[in-house]
This record gives sequence, C-alpha cells and structure tokens, in this order.
Amino acid sequence: MTSPSPFDETADVALTTLRTNAPASLRPRTLIALGLADAYAPIASPIGSLFVAFNGRGVSAVELAPDGPSFEREHLARQGRVAHRVEALPSGLARAIERRLAGDRRVRVPLDLRGHTAFEREVWRKALDIPRGEVRPYGWIAAEIGRPAAVRAVGTALGHNPVPLIVPCHRVVRSDGYIGQYSLGGPVNKRAMLAAEGLDPDGLEELARAGVRFVGSDTTRIFCLPTCRHARRIMDRHLVRFRSADDTARAGYRACLVCRPVARAAVA
Amino acid sequence: MPVLSCYERLMDDAALLRGLAGDLDGAFESLVVAQQHRLFTIALRVLGNPTDAEDVAQEAFVRAYRALGDWDAARIGELRLSAWLATIVVNLARNRGRGGAAAIRRVSLTLLDELDHPSSAATETPHDELARRESTAAWAARLLSLPERYRLPIVLRHVDGLPYHDIAVVLGRPEGTVKAQVHRGLALLRAVLEAEERAAVSTATAAPARTAVAAAPATPAAPATPAIRLQEVTS
Repeated sequence: MTSPSPFDETADVALTTLRTNAPASLRPRTLIALGLADAYAPIASPIGSLFVAFNGRGVSAVELAPDGPSFEREHLARQGRVAHRVEALPSGLARAIERRLAGDRRVRVPLDLRGHTAFEREVWRKALDIPRGEVRPYGWIAAEIGRPAAVRAVGTALGHNPVPLIVPCHRVVRSDGYIGQYSLGGPVNKRAMLAAEGLDPDGLEELARAGVRFVGSDTTRIFCLPTCRHARRIMDRHLVRFRSADDTARAGYRACLVCRPVARAAVA
Repeated sequence: MPVLSCYERLMDDAALLRGLAGDLDGAFESLVVAQQHRLFTIALRVLGNPTDAEDVAQEAFVRAYRALGDWDAARIGELRLSAWLATIVVNLARNRGRGGAAAIRRVSLTLLDELDHPSSAATETPHDELARRESTAAWAARLLSLPERYRLPIVLRHVDGLPYHDIAVVLGRPEGTVKAQVHRGLALLRAVLEAEERAAVSTATAAPARTAVAAAPATPAAPATPAIRLQEVTS
C-alpha cells in the first residue's frame, strides 16, 4: 500500500474530531426502554396525588409519596431501580390507566411485575377481575385461584401489590365483610377509593356488623355477595339476607354465576 | 493514526462480556456507558440528525440486549463487541435513512433531570471552541455529502477507528473493497475541500471590501464559476 498522503493524515485528524458525546438522555431512555430503570410522573386520584412508575415492560409502581425525591428513594429501595422524573405519562399509557380506573376492564394496562412470586401474580390477576364499585372477600380470591385455605397469604400478597388502583386491591375486603387494611395509606384511603367508585363504606360495615354475608332475591332464589351488580338490583321487598352459606343452602337458594359467592366445588 | 476501536471505555471488552454473560441486567448499564458515545457518533455521522441518531442508538442497545438474553455465555464470550454493536447501529441507521422509521419504537420521554454535559475540554478558550465547532460542522457536512457506500466505511474507519477486517464484517463487503472505498471516499472529501477553498478564494476576490482572509494561497483564484464546480463535486 502507498503511504498516506498529507491530506489523508489531515482528514484522519479532522474526522476523529467528529466523535461526539451522546445526549445525556440516551442512557436513561435506553435503560427505561429495557426495564433496567423506570420513569415516573404524578397522576391525580381520589386519594390525592400519586406517583406512577413505568418502563418499556409496563407500569411497575403506584405509590403515595410527599414529593418526587421521596418517591425516587422509596422506589430504589423497594425495586432496586432508579426512577427518572418525566413531564407526564406517555399519552397511550395515561389513557389506558384512566379508562381502567373508570371501570373499563377491557383495557389492558401493561404491568411490570418482575421479581414477584407466581402466587402473588395470580392473586393480583384475580383482583383485576373485580368490577369497579364492587368488593370481594379475601377468601373469594383464595377460592377462585384454587387455594381456598390460603386466605392469609392472599391478604399478604395484596399488601405487597406494587400497582394499587390499577390492580384494585382496595376492592378486596375482610371475609367478615369489614373493609380492612389498605397498603396505600391505610383504611381511610380504602374507604375513599370505594366511595369514589359509588359504594357506601358505612353501609358495607353496617352489613358486616349485622353479620350479613350474602343477599338473595325471593323471586329468583339466587344469592350474591352484597355488592354484586345483580344483588344491587334487588328491590327491598324481595331482598333476603343470609349470615352464612349454610343458611342459603337451607333456604334452597343457588349461587349467582356472576359473583360466585361461595367456593366452587374443587374439581376432583 | 488512532487505532482505538472505541474511546472513553471504562472496561475492556473481555471483562464487559464476562459481566454480560454472568448478569445481563446487572452489567448492561456498563455496556451502555462504555458504548453510548460511540454508537451515537456512528448514527449521527451516517444520518446527520441528532434526534434520529439518538433513536437509532437507543434501538441498537435494545436489540443488543435482546440478543444477549438469548445467547449462552460461550457465544457472548466470543463476540467482537465493538464490531457487533457497529453492525447493529449501521443497519438501523441505513433503514432509518431509507424511511424505515416505523421499525423503531421511540420511547419519547422528556426527562426532567436531563443536564447537558460539557462537550469540550475545560482548558479550551471560547475562541478555540468556536473554531473547533465550525471545523467539526464543516467536516460533518463534507462527510454527509458523500454517497452512502463511501460514507459508511469512512465513518467506521476514520471517525470510529474500527480496523478494516471488522469493517468488512460490519458492512458485509470484502476487506479489499472496504479499503478501496475508504481510499475513494477520502479522495472525494479532498475534492470537496478543494472546491470549498476555491469558492472561498473567489468570494474573497470578488468582494475586496472584506479583508482577504483566504487571500494567501499560492494557487491563483479561479474566478470561473467555482460555485457550479462545487455543486458538481458534492452532488
């Protein structure tokens, strides 16, 4: 080969100066797209301003925090990922969350639930089936996922729900009908969420105090969980209250197929 | 000639590859840190637009991550990291250049904690920096005026500093072809530069009111239609 000309050497030096630094956004954007870091933004909710974290895999956290820096610290400690504040959620995701919170269960909100057990994910997936404005007892979830004895574990899993509101753990109540605990700031917030969905938290607890677990209609002779949308259509003069599944059986009522108020017989 | 295959590298490739093979999620940020400026530079010098270049560099990392996730440690260990990443970014940049933008899913986020980092050495005077920037912009424009078949090898050889045998793999062309294209590309750059100089001289001659900045050259000014000749060279 011929030796490089003076021009070639000048050009080589000049072309080397074309090396440039990537914009500071490239690294966080890339890590967020891969789910190795998260982005987050505040959203409005019935219980005040919440922070929603997400990445290329889906929504990874919904959390109450006094401010952004506190959220970032909490998020890093909880999930091990850095969270970068963004101006707003991507519009598609924001719309999906909004419609989901408004009760549209056909909308799929992508979730990033890595690092959680299969049992937890199963509990959360089942909670997603509970319609807006209705509640189900912990035991209902346990029965529905085929683990009727795992009521306490269901409660624990719901307490670990990283994406409250989207996975509506506020719609899961104690098996005796009392509203119970809530991971997102305690029972007051749980009541506020349910009230925002059109439920009457005081009325629910009144039923619980009276020991009412199921309600039925003396015209259809079908019984439901008290907040089932079919139960709420029963007129007062036809409403029958039951304190246990045994009572419904003695009265000859059959279970609603929509709210499935008692554990389905195990498939033997 | 600079022979570093990538610059500002915090770890050597072998250590990085071992890390990626052992813990992809844990080590991937190191790969981004080590290679982000390089991949962005290649995309920028091929495409000419920083927004497109950032998208392409991001997508290149996403593709690399997915591939690494599918491969076993042995395959990852054998990678020629710099050449492999250059292949991904060059292919994405070529598709983007041909209107294949739809293939790239842009994560468009306005990060609020973004800070522009200093792009030049702290010792540089403002005057130096200005001169350097003007010169950089001029060379970037010259490079972009080359047809793609010369631009790609020049970017990889002279901007990025990849060895010829790696460039041959990246571009899927025989090494001899790559060398010839680099040689031809440099000749074209020289022609562009000379045309610019002739144009500058003729401007200076035509407008004597301005101090003759470029009036010192030994070659006499070519007053006849230098602008047209420049067009011929660059188009």
